[in-house]
Amino acid sequence: MSTLLAAAGSLEPAARSYLSPTGQEIVFLLVGALVLGAAVVSVTTRQLVHAALWLVVALGGLAVEFLLLTAEFVAWVQVLVYLGSVVVLVLFGLMLTRAPIGRSPEADSGNRPAALAVGAASAATLVTLVVDAFRSSWIDLSGAAGTTRLTGEYLFSHWVLPFEALSVLLLAALVGAIVLSRAKGGSADAKPRAGKLRTGLTKQKER
Amino acid sequence: MHLAYPAVLAVLLFSVGVYGVLARRNVILVLMSVELMLNAVNLNLVAFDVWLRDTLHAGQALTLFTITVAAAEIGLGLAVVLLVYRTRRTAAVDEVTALGDRHEADELSDGEKEQAAA
Repeated sequence: MSTLLAAAGSLEPAARSYLSPTGQEIVFLLVGALVLGAAVVSVTTRQLVHAALWLVVALGGLAVEFLLLTAEFVAWVQVLVYLGSVVVLVLFGLMLTRAPIGRSPEADSGNRPAALAVGAASAATLVTLVVDAFRSSWIDLSGAAGTTRLTGEYLFSHWVLPFEALSVLLLAALVGAIVLSRAKGGSADAKPRAGKLRTGLTKQKER
Repeated sequence: MHLAYPAVLAVLLFSVGVYGVLARRNVILVLMSVELMLNAVNLNLVAFDVWLRDTLHAGQALTLFTITVAAAEIGLGLAVVLLVYRTRRTAAVDEVTALGDRHEADELSDGEKEQAAA
């Protein structure tokens, strides 16, 4: 591992200074600030639908960060899966649970100060650790590392078994989700309102 | 690019997600915060993959797998949330306490009250 590290990343103190950023770094920092701000608004806003829409901004900004780190395919998968399906699912969930449109004062629970303390503590600890560990590390971005062609090659030559296992997992999860969320005929309503004839009729209607 | 930039951004995003998971009351907002945390991990994986120049590209492969698992997780999670909403008419995490310890604690306090009364 150490030989790999020595051969791959530059472990020796780099001559690069933080005071003269490259263009990529400037874009990365700007988009990073946007992502962070959108994430903070998304977890603090009291309007539930707005929270989901700010999540779109945060996840889309992260896709841009992936592009800047030369991981093209991952960036487009991020756009497709997160922006295309996850956020739509979240919005559907919000609407199906009748989330109030507009300000809802009960969006945050009572342990908000404790959550703030835990979040700030974890941020301080991890930032200290990460800055101390990787202050002098430099990513060489020359040479694309994440084109679709390259991704396909390594995914289907080295990672075939996890890939297939994951596809089975995804299938099982989605079938489970369908089974869980399917309305059981008539029993979803709390009050049975009529006799057997009525339930038979509703079953026929469902068919 | 300095490795510290993506690493610090990922750490900050993760902390924001931790705050969201702990502070939010609506289950769906909690799930959104979990997504934020997963994305922070994805950013770390991609950054370290590029930094290490891994020939197997383990970081990017794992990122794709994480995105897939996150999609499965949000699908199942929303199904569970909808089921809970259908049976309990609420989407607040602190009102779904049927499996919590509170009931037992209440009974205990009742017993203590009886003891005190006696």
